[in-house]
Amino acid sequence: MAENVEIIKGTSLGRDAWNRLLKNKLAVFGMIVLGIMVIAVIIGPSILYAITGFTAEAIPADGNLISSFPPTWQHPMGTDEAGRDLLARVLQGGRISLMVGIISTIVSLIVGVSYGAIAGYLGGRIDNLMMRIVDIIYAIPYILIVIVLLSFFGGPNTPKWITAMSDLFGGAGNAGVSQIFLLFFALGLVSWLTMARVVRGQILSLKNQEFVMAAKATGVSTPSIIFRHLVPNALGPVIVYATLTVPSVMLTEAFLSFLGLGVQAPYASWGSLCADGIKNIAIFPWQLIFPGVTMALTLFSLNFLGDGLRDALDPQTRKF
Amino acid sequence: MIPFILRRLLIIIPMALLVVTLTWGLIRVAPGNFYTSEKRLPPAVEENIRKKYGLDKEWYEQYGLMMLNVVRFDFGDSLKYSGQSVNEIIKRHLPYSATIGLLAYLLALVLGLTAGIVAALKQNSAFDYGSMALAMLGLSVPNFVLGPILVLVFSLGLFLFPPARWGGISSLVLPVITLAAIYTAYIARLTRAGMLEVMRSDYIRTARAKGLDEKTVLLRHALRGGIIPVVSFTGPALAALLAGTVVVERVFSIPGLGNIFIQAVQNRDEPLILGIVAFLSILVMVFNLLVDISYGILDPRIRYE
Repeated sequence: MAENVEIIKGTSLGRDAWNRLLKNKLAVFGMIVLGIMVIAVIIGPSILYAITGFTAEAIPADGNLISSFPPTWQHPMGTDEAGRDLLARVLQGGRISLMVGIISTIVSLIVGVSYGAIAGYLGGRIDNLMMRIVDIIYAIPYILIVIVLLSFFGGPNTPKWITAMSDLFGGAGNAGVSQIFLLFFALGLVSWLTMARVVRGQILSLKNQEFVMAAKATGVSTPSIIFRHLVPNALGPVIVYATLTVPSVMLTEAFLSFLGLGVQAPYASWGSLCADGIKNIAIFPWQLIFPGVTMALTLFSLNFLGDGLRDALDPQTRKF
Repeated sequence: MIPFILRRLLIIIPMALLVVTLTWGLIRVAPGNFYTSEKRLPPAVEENIRKKYGLDKEWYEQYGLMMLNVVRFDFGDSLKYSGQSVNEIIKRHLPYSATIGLLAYLLALVLGLTAGIVAALKQNSAFDYGSMALAMLGLSVPNFVLGPILVLVFSLGLFLFPPARWGGISSLVLPVITLAAIYTAYIARLTRAGMLEVMRSDYIRTARAKGLDEKTVLLRHALRGGIIPVVSFTGPALAALLAGTVVVERVFSIPGLGNIFIQAVQNRDEPLILGIVAFLSILVMVFNLLVDISYGILDPRIRYE
């Protein structure tokens, strides 16, 4: 008898969401493309170097090769005006673009989640004041803040702690790398406002529930209530919003690189590759088309994944 | 309603002053000066420059003088374009940005609303999937990629429109399409989501139960509620469009305000930065007020005291 009884396995919230996500074909497509893209930019440059000897930075020594060539079997995406293989540059640029997207989003997550959670939990006057500050920063065009941060704190004016950090991770005294680190923070520091609002809204609806009261009654400290009890319960919308922040940050980075304020030569990002390509659009269109399409495909996948995650994690606000 | 509007209009003044103050602070906190470049100036020259621009005064005096000018909406002369007042510069360059910005938003509204409504009504149809995939593409292709590709195809390939410069209606086509793409995508998605939500609400069921025909239900009842997300998006979007057309201005060589602003920030042209920021922040707040007013008109459940 006993072996006929089927054991009903409960599904956890996370597994439930994961199953819903897998049913969404577009989100799965997005995940696959992103997976391929991430693997390609991480191991692609070294594999390409091992096979062909092309790197993103080295300019060919042979003078005849210093010119932009259309795609061939040897250079599937063609070369840029300095004769560098465009595929190698797109892969290397993807590293920086994706890194800017992810690290800036993490910066915005840390700032936005703490700010929103503190405002929402403390409530009253402090909440009011903190949210008015957010409103005011909203009123300043964010692009002004980024450009001010980048042009005023870039180059010789780079703050010591950013230089120290980039020395630690990217090689000492490398101004190009510290510019990229500055970019992480500048973009992160303008992208946290919406995150703060989202988190505050969540915390407001959570903070009067029994588990918070129980935590208070057992004498848990306020910071611990906020960060150990409330924030983990608000993670669903945070993950969704973070996924949608990545493409928007990447777009902003590309826009800044297009204006010449973002990633500086010899480093490249998809944005700066596009900016280089635009200058020669009439003669060497492949210089814009390959980085542009790669970037658009990545953003497209990120957006689909974000949408899919929203539907999966947040069934209430699902857009039917 | 009137007291609400008046109160909101009055709040705009201190808010704008606060934004200007913060911007001023941001410029002043940053290391360096507008007159220092790679070369170091002789001390006497530097002292003269500082005196001329009032930089030798205490910071609070400088701040006071600056605010006094801002309150009178007189930002003085640009530091870079000497002899030209900030107001003149804004007046000269705004029309270009405003023209392409407004045209692009109109185009985006027409296309986005139509696509969004049809997609919502025929939910899960081929049109729904197709238009939403297209909208996602619109969100994902950066406009500095789209613009040059349009130039490549329509100007350099088919010779239909001029690739750049300002002059005549034909020169507006490509910049307006480039600018409108992302807004069309946003509006289509917002309209679809809004319409789907409204079509499920009780008051639509009531309207149907009353025996109204489907067209009246849709156009007189559902649409008003369904486009509220689009209306809230319109305020910030319009303000961004009037100023944030930098990319399109660069790609198509249009002498608009966005480019002037970026240059002003790069040159640390303080009066020009402050002037444009003050102008923009007032614009954003006025647009947001208009949005709030139109909520009340669109949705009778929303009331302002």
